[in-house]
Amino acid sequence: MDLVVGDAAKAASPAALQRPVAQIGLRVLTGIAAFLSFAIIFLMLFFLIAYAYPAIRFNGLAFFIDPIWNIGNQYGSGVTTRNGFSGAPGASFGALVFIYGSVITAILTMVVAVPLSLMVALALVFRVPRRIRPLANALVELMAGVPSVVYGLWGLVVLVPWIGRQFAPFVTAHFGFIPFLGGQAGSGNGLAASVFILALMVIPIMVATTRDVILAQSPAIFEASMALGSSTWQAMTRAVLPSVRSGVVASILLAFGRALGETMAVLMVCGAAVNVFPQNIFSPVNTIAAVIVSQLESALTDATGMAQRSLAELACALFVITLLVNIAARTIMRNADRREGRAA
Amino acid sequence: MTAVPTGLATRTIVSRSWWALAVACLVAVIGVLFFVFAFVIVQGIPALKPEIFFTPTHGIAGGLSNAIVGTLMLVVLGLIVVILVGLGTAIWTVELAPPWGQRVIRFMVDVLAGVPSIVVGYFLYVSLVEELGWGFSLVAGALALAIFMLPYVVRAADVALTNVPTMLKEGAVALGARPAMVVFSITFPYALPGILTGLLVATGIGLGETAPLIYTAGWSNYMPTLALTHSPVGYLTYVVWTYISQPFTESHQLAYAAAALLMIFVFVTNLVARSFVEYRLNKGR
Repeated sequence: MDLVVGDAAKAASPAALQRPVAQIGLRVLTGIAAFLSFAIIFLMLFFLIAYAYPAIRFNGLAFFIDPIWNIGNQYGSGVTTRNGFSGAPGASFGALVFIYGSVITAILTMVVAVPLSLMVALALVFRVPRRIRPLANALVELMAGVPSVVYGLWGLVVLVPWIGRQFAPFVTAHFGFIPFLGGQAGSGNGLAASVFILALMVIPIMVATTRDVILAQSPAIFEASMALGSSTWQAMTRAVLPSVRSGVVASILLAFGRALGETMAVLMVCGAAVNVFPQNIFSPVNTIAAVIVSQLESALTDATGMAQRSLAELACALFVITLLVNIAARTIMRNADRREGRAA
Repeated sequence: MTAVPTGLATRTIVSRSWWALAVACLVAVIGVLFFVFAFVIVQGIPALKPEIFFTPTHGIAGGLSNAIVGTLMLVVLGLIVVILVGLGTAIWTVELAPPWGQRVIRFMVDVLAGVPSIVVGYFLYVSLVEELGWGFSLVAGALALAIFMLPYVVRAADVALTNVPTMLKEGAVALGARPAMVVFSITFPYALPGILTGLLVATGIGLGETAPLIYTAGWSNYMPTLALTHSPVGYLTYVVWTYISQPFTESHQLAYAAAALLMIFVFVTNLVARSFVEYRLNKGR
């Protein structure tokens, strides 16, 4: 079967669409496109791991347990060699601070965003008058599409100064006895600002998905619960919400993945902590995604290239974590769809 | 039996208070988000002076012409790639794939949607910018956007193509149409509004992305050239990110102007996308 791409292109005129070559062309070209979409994730994993391999050997287990990130002395002579790979003298690429920072910001974001999103979704479905509901839905979707640098900009100019000057001093002074709320009030850049901005960014996404699964659920569940004497709130939270539990859990996991991977907005307000763990909710933090951007310039100065490769190892770590979270979310969603008899 | 009537009253009060709290949450969230947008627009609109559309950035000030043109070039090139690959994928998945193929593609595309944009950026940095030696370039940046937009386009096209009535296709087949004819003269035109909506949503996402471009498109103070490789390209989100941290009022003005422009772009693509949805609904009636 000699197929030339030119033949398929020629076949695009209406009558030519019936020719055998057009059928083969359609199959081959769309097949290639589908294969690309399928293969891109494996390609990414392969390239990142291959590039990061020297760093993986050089850093060893210290990558996961060492809190010190130091690209080493760039002006000294000689190199440090471990497992056959060399970095600058004194180089230490421990990612523990960043891994911890990513996980703690994402978890705190969920603690703030999940109850809020559920409440907002319930209010949107049951308490917003039918006439203005399309407007409210459009607003939610619009919010989900706003660029993250715009949130970051607002965070940097409005939120950070407010936290630094008013909120943090107030909280540390009056609620300092509660763990993680006392101590240094800081400048405003830090965990609290990151969590606030991330929550703003994931709430619209979670509201949209939760609203959709509630609306897709049969009204019979709500009505049956009401018939048994529930109040509307009880019917919603004890009958309808449990029945769409897996959809809600999946949307939480997707939002969690998104919070883990968000880069720019966090980068602009997190305070870019290096080598130090957050002491309270106002301490500077850093996440894997943010550090990959903020450490680029210093990594490029590393003549041994090990700093760049260690950044690639960070990207691998983030990739694997988010892949696992997303696969879990998709699997839950798919199983729920099958169990509840909806088309996937 | 215990005292039902009193229980009823308490329950109603509890229910009403929870609903009140839910509505309060709704108002609070919308209020804060509205405050964010209002702030950016109020700060940005006065900064949108006509001359910034015609002068490139230089150092800490200047205009935004290079960033605007660069953003558009990156997004348009990314869209071309994503239209070819994304629509091809959707057509194969819906029209030609065996059931296992459909499952695999849909799953992989869903998973791709969750890959952090910075990972996509670093992957292309490693492969194109470093290993292939293309340097910070238009192609690397556009591909980064294309990979990031791909899941949105495939999903929208998948849904749009799946929703084409089977009867239409069967009618065409009964009249002797072969697969290519069915796809291009029946399925595709019918699904076009849905596909366009997906493309517009993807455009809005591409316009607002920053993280994957830092490592691929780089940044340049000059007007982008048509060079595909070895020539960094400026873009609007970079201006917002870096210029707001400079200690100069002129830089802040540029950052606000860029942010306002981005918001306007996103609002417009969103509005047009919604009007496509409305159009489709009206046609369906």
